[in-house]
Amino acid sequence: MNKNVLIIGGTSDIGFAIASEFAHIGFDITLLGRERDALKVNANDLSIRHNINANYYFLDILDLSSIDEFLNNYKQVPDGVIYSIGYLGDQAKAQNEFDEAKKIVDINFTNSMKILNHFANQFEQKQSGFIIGISSVAGDRGRQSNYIYGSAKAAFSTYLSGLRNRLSGKNVQVITVKPGFVRTKMTAGLPLPEKLTSTPKMVAKDVIKGWKKHKDIIYTKSIWRWIMLAIKIVPEKIFKKTNI
Amino acid sequence: MLTSGWGNYPKVDAELFSSSKIQDIISYIGNNNNLIPQGFARSYGDSALNGHILSTRKLDHFIEFDSEKGIITAQAGVLFSEILQIVVPKGWFLPVTPGTKYVTLGGAISSDVHGKNHHKHGTLGQYVESMDILLANGEIKHCSKSENSELFNSAIAGMGLMGVILSATLKLHKIETAYIKQKVIKTRSLEELYELFEINRNYTYSVSWIDITGGARRSVNGLLMLGEHALREDLQVNKEKKDVIAGNPLDVPFYFPNIVLNHSTIKIFNTLYYAKELKKEKNAITYFDSYFYPLDIVNNWNKVYGHRGFLQYQFVVPLEHGLQAIKQILNKIADYGQASFLTVLKTFGKRNDFVLSFPDEGYTLAMDFPLTRGLFPMFDELDKIVLDYGGRFYLTKDAHLSPETFRKSNPEIEKFLEIKAKYDPNNKFQSLQSKRLGF
Repeated sequence: MNKNVLIIGGTSDIGFAIASEFAHIGFDITLLGRERDALKVNANDLSIRHNINANYYFLDILDLSSIDEFLNNYKQVPDGVIYSIGYLGDQAKAQNEFDEAKKIVDINFTNSMKILNHFANQFEQKQSGFIIGISSVAGDRGRQSNYIYGSAKAAFSTYLSGLRNRLSGKNVQVITVKPGFVRTKMTAGLPLPEKLTSTPKMVAKDVIKGWKKHKDIIYTKSIWRWIMLAIKIVPEKIFKKTNI
Repeated sequence: MLTSGWGNYPKVDAELFSSSKIQDIISYIGNNNNLIPQGFARSYGDSALNGHILSTRKLDHFIEFDSEKGIITAQAGVLFSEILQIVVPKGWFLPVTPGTKYVTLGGAISSDVHGKNHHKHGTLGQYVESMDILLANGEIKHCSKSENSELFNSAIAGMGLMGVILSATLKLHKIETAYIKQKVIKTRSLEELYELFEINRNYTYSVSWIDITGGARRSVNGLLMLGEHALREDLQVNKEKKDVIAGNPLDVPFYFPNIVLNHSTIKIFNTLYYAKELKKEKNAITYFDSYFYPLDIVNNWNKVYGHRGFLQYQFVVPLEHGLQAIKQILNKIADYGQASFLTVLKTFGKRNDFVLSFPDEGYTLAMDFPLTRGLFPMFDELDKIVLDYGGRFYLTKDAHLSPETFRKSNPEIEKFLEIKAKYDPNNKFQSLQSKRLGF
């Protein structure tokens, strides 16, 4: 039987690109998401292109009962789980409307725990498996332009870091992926600097490479590691006056 | 964004839109006019260019593949190279393929592409079982030979002007191996070449390269290339070949200076190519990739023509007096001191039912010309000769025809426009080409 990987966010551009890379090396794929039609299209494409089994389940990350329902129906233990749901939201709106701020944090962080805790416990018990979380460079330092999204991603990165620490002796690999700019549906219409901007496919290739090499944290494009290092070492006294 | 077709001419400022979501595409069509769908932008001239370009490249999912019956359904933006990767290992092949595998399914249908097997198998459109087309009003219509057949017959070869092809179902061709049994014959004159086309008409694939650098007043050297899908037994003698899809094509990462490709370099190339084939006849078993797509090995080969770009000139003339027409054309080109880098000659079979489809029974000649000042006046004269002999032109390669020449050579345009008025009453879908040609 093929190994299989669960993609939480199976219609996200990055999620689907990562699914394609795992399918390419022979993994069966299970896609989760809200849009049934799009999930079906993606699952069919994966199975036709890569000669593997692909299926999908409905899951709305904001609807906790749909997570319960999925966990009740999904009886198998996957070999890997990827969390690729992200919501950029509207920073200005989130500053004024708590609902928007809460939605950003729930999607990017809080509700991810409901599903990742479940599989982390399973993996710990069977002493194998991998968890890959798509976080963001935005979580490395709070900036005025997107700090609510950034703080949710910071929490998500910290959660993954703790999980990695807990499971490192249990043969369970936990990877934090920190993309910089990526051309996706989420960033459609934003002016992005060409040299620093990656594509979902490039992100997916970096993820697979990092997964094979047992990396803990993957910056993609890799130059973002150095950009964020530079941004992180600026003293707060100076940083607070910047506008980046 | 400055963009162009494969010939790098003309270059236009256009807005490029692409989405994997049908709903977004529908809103884009609703909010914009002056739109043209585009696939991989491999048509040479201005047929897939306009102010707003709706790229189908993000509609790149496979929908269904029946590997028993050889029927595949995919969204319009998948490439032929991607289809081949899936179907060849299961014993199937594209029913018709052009000389590059870097074209999208939707683009190839809109051009109703032909290949080396036209004389036997016709065009790609003849193997389309059904399509989903997004119309200007946002409605999606399923069409086939029996359902919405008028739309079906005009969208195939419709140059994207009827609506956006979203997905299509294609009947594939059964093969035993991924190899082609190839025979190359050297020819010393056009007459000899014609005779050999005739004698070898039962071959599935046939095409010739000719050296036209001296015009037709002296002998025209040529290579006739014939091919059949190799059977398993044919491979017994060539066991060392492995069943793999070719790797990444090489890049041509820079533009050659414009000066490199003048008349004499082309002549040297043609002489060399012809001399390479020493014997009169050569037989070989070759992987399908190198047989069908020799130029794909050099990614961006179009850039050898430099920044100024190049134009293709492809026409078909009826069999009767066809030889005479081609000789006149070659002499005219020689008189102008122009030369074509690669000249392809082939016989076409019968015409199909698709309203604007190009191939017609006769001889087709395709030539590349680097863009120079004298080129357009020469094209005007060639157009006259083609018209005199009752020929027609391939829109997918055109960037120069006049509205008058186009209408004379394509009397079907009136019928096409009548049908278009039904499906696109406000003329949302237009290309620079359709505007230039006045339809």
